[in-house]
Amino acid sequence: MAQIRLDNLRHSYMRAPKSDADWALKRLDVVWDDGGAYALLGPSGCGKSTLLNIISGLVRPSEGRVLFGDTDVTDLPPDRRNIAQVFQFPVIYDTMTVHDNLAFPLRNRGVEARHVETRVGEIASMLELTDLLDRRAAGLTPDLKQKLSLGRGLVRDDVNVIMFDEPLTVIDPHLKWRLRSKLKELHYNVRVTMIYVTHDQTEALTFADRVVVMEEGEVVQIGTPVELFERPQHTFVGHFIGSPGMNVLPCEVRDGAAFVGGERITTEGPAKAPAGANRLEVGVRPEHVQIANEGVPAEVVNVADAGRYRVVDARIGDIRINALMSENDTIAAGPTRLSIDPAHTRLYADGWLVDTRQGTEP
Amino acid sequence: MSGKTDNQRAWFLVLPVVLLVAFNALVPLMTVVNYSVQETFGNNIFFWHGVGWFQDLLRSERFHAALGRQLLFTFTILLIEVPLGVAIALCMPKKGIWVSVCLVLMALPLLVPWNVVGAMWNIFALPDIGLLGWSLNTLGFEYNMTQQPLSAWITLVVMDVWHWTSLVALLAYAGLIAIPEAYYQAAKIDGAKAWAVFRYIQLPKLGRVLTIALLLRFMDSFMIYTEPFVLTGGGPGNATTLLSIDLVKIALGQFDLGPAAAMSIIYFLITLAICWVFYTLMTRNEAR
Amino acid sequence: MRARLPTVALILYIVFLMLPIYWLVAMSFKTTNEILGGFTLFPQVWTLENYLTILTDPTWYWGYINSIIYVTLNTVLAIAVALPAAYAFSRYRFLGDKHLFFWLLTNRMAPPAVFALPFFQLYSAIGLFDTHIAVALAHCLFNIPLAVWILEGFMSGVPKELDETAYVDGYSFPHFFTRIFLPNISSGVGVAAFFCFMFSWVEMLLAKTLTAVEAKPIVATMTRTASTAGYDLGLLAAAGVLTIIPGAIVIYFVRNYIARGFALGRV
Repeated sequence: MAQIRLDNLRHSYMRAPKSDADWALKRLDVVWDDGGAYALLGPSGCGKSTLLNIISGLVRPSEGRVLFGDTDVTDLPPDRRNIAQVFQFPVIYDTMTVHDNLAFPLRNRGVEARHVETRVGEIASMLELTDLLDRRAAGLTPDLKQKLSLGRGLVRDDVNVIMFDEPLTVIDPHLKWRLRSKLKELHYNVRVTMIYVTHDQTEALTFADRVVVMEEGEVVQIGTPVELFERPQHTFVGHFIGSPGMNVLPCEVRDGAAFVGGERITTEGPAKAPAGANRLEVGVRPEHVQIANEGVPAEVVNVADAGRYRVVDARIGDIRINALMSENDTIAAGPTRLSIDPAHTRLYADGWLVDTRQGTEP
Repeated sequence: MSGKTDNQRAWFLVLPVVLLVAFNALVPLMTVVNYSVQETFGNNIFFWHGVGWFQDLLRSERFHAALGRQLLFTFTILLIEVPLGVAIALCMPKKGIWVSVCLVLMALPLLVPWNVVGAMWNIFALPDIGLLGWSLNTLGFEYNMTQQPLSAWITLVVMDVWHWTSLVALLAYAGLIAIPEAYYQAAKIDGAKAWAVFRYIQLPKLGRVLTIALLLRFMDSFMIYTEPFVLTGGGPGNATTLLSIDLVKIALGQFDLGPAAAMSIIYFLITLAICWVFYTLMTRNEAR
Repeated sequence: MRARLPTVALILYIVFLMLPIYWLVAMSFKTTNEILGGFTLFPQVWTLENYLTILTDPTWYWGYINSIIYVTLNTVLAIAVALPAAYAFSRYRFLGDKHLFFWLLTNRMAPPAVFALPFFQLYSAIGLFDTHIAVALAHCLFNIPLAVWILEGFMSGVPKELDETAYVDGYSFPHFFTRIFLPNISSGVGVAAFFCFMFSWVEMLLAKTLTAVEAKPIVATMTRTASTAGYDLGLLAAAGVLTIIPGAIVIYFVRNYIARGFALGRV
């Protein structure tokens, strides 16, 4: 077991990449601590599968190194990296029994029969597969198949990292939740590094201690679920995480404040535009926008019921803003005022967070 | 596929097929059955003969010998063509321009008319002026297809391997490229060697297409007529007289309609029975 | 490069496939004297005489035209009737559907040798003996079941929602079938047509039995040459080469569908 370091990694599937768009991964440096539960979150096509395959050794990066502890494994094939992977669609050996499926990775490595039996027994009971050991694997349901392919990773005691590539895609919705909590419990018990790739924020935020958000071949933020929610480093993270996503409003900055549609909005600390910034935006989560007696004048266009709360669709001038209100509030369409919590209002320049907190200014 | 709906009017869609095939299948079959139970002395005068022809046939050594040769031939070529076809499919590239080249070249023998296959191999195997025959004899092998039964048999089998192995290979190839990449990746991660990948991933996934291949190859080799007829004419002697060659000899050569018809029926029934077993196995696998 | 052994094996196999064809082509360019004179690896004197004979003698080239006529007829006929039937098998349950399907397949298993004589009598009785339509109809015996089988495989791969949406949108069945459904399974139709063409083109026993003069196929013309005109090997070889060409052209057109096609759409 070891820390995993991606050092100056770049990858392109083309032989001679020219423009920026030719790179599937645009240069990343990421450190995955030993024993952590990570999620790799991003929309499809953002490069997360490429990154996964680079860690597992199925793809060799165009540039940069992959380090497991102190060992450079960039050129090692998957079977010599001590990794395990659970794929999107369950991969099991149809003709074997559940028992033989679990024993397969060990037998391939020449582990002695007695030890194989012990390990298979342990893992089967951990995954609640003991009763099925003699069944043919082909007949299992998709969720059991995914458990089984996870088991093939867990059974080896030398595994550095277990990777999950959208593992719940084919699982029935009502079983997803159960499998997810089982995974969390397993991580707690075995303490192996796990990297969970998904485009679903709920899966990512419930599973991971730390989430790596990717977009267009770049890591935009690494943080705990709370950090991602509270302080998105990039408007993309703000949009992508949360439902509905963060309000991102184009603004001007003067006199230490932001102006949206001509209305003054106070940000966390005095707003100051970095030199040379082209696009300035204010970001605030709908959770921190409230309809109130005083504040920014706005017009309510629509109110949608979303279970325990209501999503208010309002306009400041012609700029759209969402507010979240409790289901008990009565809200009428028409002119109103919005109170926007300054402590949770961030300034973004060209998409990236501008740190306006007091005392952190240079 | 689940979710089929009950619809008796679907019969109207099937009707043209049923009529056309029935016209071609039932009328001739009736004729054959009719002949098989009668005796004739020419001039279209027929007498009831009951199951006489069947009894004669089942006791006849000539029929036993032809059936034996037929089974020997069919099993020999299945034993060679199925493993060889799978091996060739495994050797084929998965992408790139060479795939099309391989596919086109391999499919070529399948589109050669069957009597041309026979003629081609006849010319190829002529002991004095054929490339194969001349080469073998120059290398010091005693080879003469028209004189030695063994030479004739080997030529017949090699010809069929030439003609049909590609069918098995193409089917297996289609099955192989349908295996998702994740299986190979998982196997790599699990540390599986090439043999284990073949045994536990490729072979099981090929099960379905291999049954189709086996079924097609069984049917066609069991019914084979034209190629051996043109190649050896059933000779030397009766060495390569397979069932269908014998049948045509009796029916068209000697015009013994009764025995020929009885033989046709038994022949058809054997094919049907073996194919039924295959078909049951196949659909059962599908259901699982 | 790694993986050398498989490549070598593959090349050896393809050489094995090409050798007899090469020999046929080589023979077709040799003069009769050279052929009978002894073994030569390459034609010493190249001659086009064999090909000229075939292309100028009506009994020869009509053989080709006859073959092409009945093969085309058969392919069109088989596909036309197999399409609705395959649709029925892939979409509906009806009385006796499974038995009917198996019965159809059994006809693919009927040895042509069994049917040769009864076919001769049947088609003579209805006055179709020695016509192209007779051969085309007879070949339906094994081509229709095959076409139904292949098309059913491809059609089952098309989601049923497609049909339902179209009906909800108010399409009539024929309109839906030709405008929406067929384009979706066009590769399946191509593959089925390829197989029908192939089996009709290569079959000889029935084609020969059902024709005498007017519709005599090229394959039958060839047997006549082999037996009566003595052993004119060069001519036979040239005729053989010419029968391979249509097949090669057809393969070239379907080359991108071959792999899927040979799995009958069922992989």
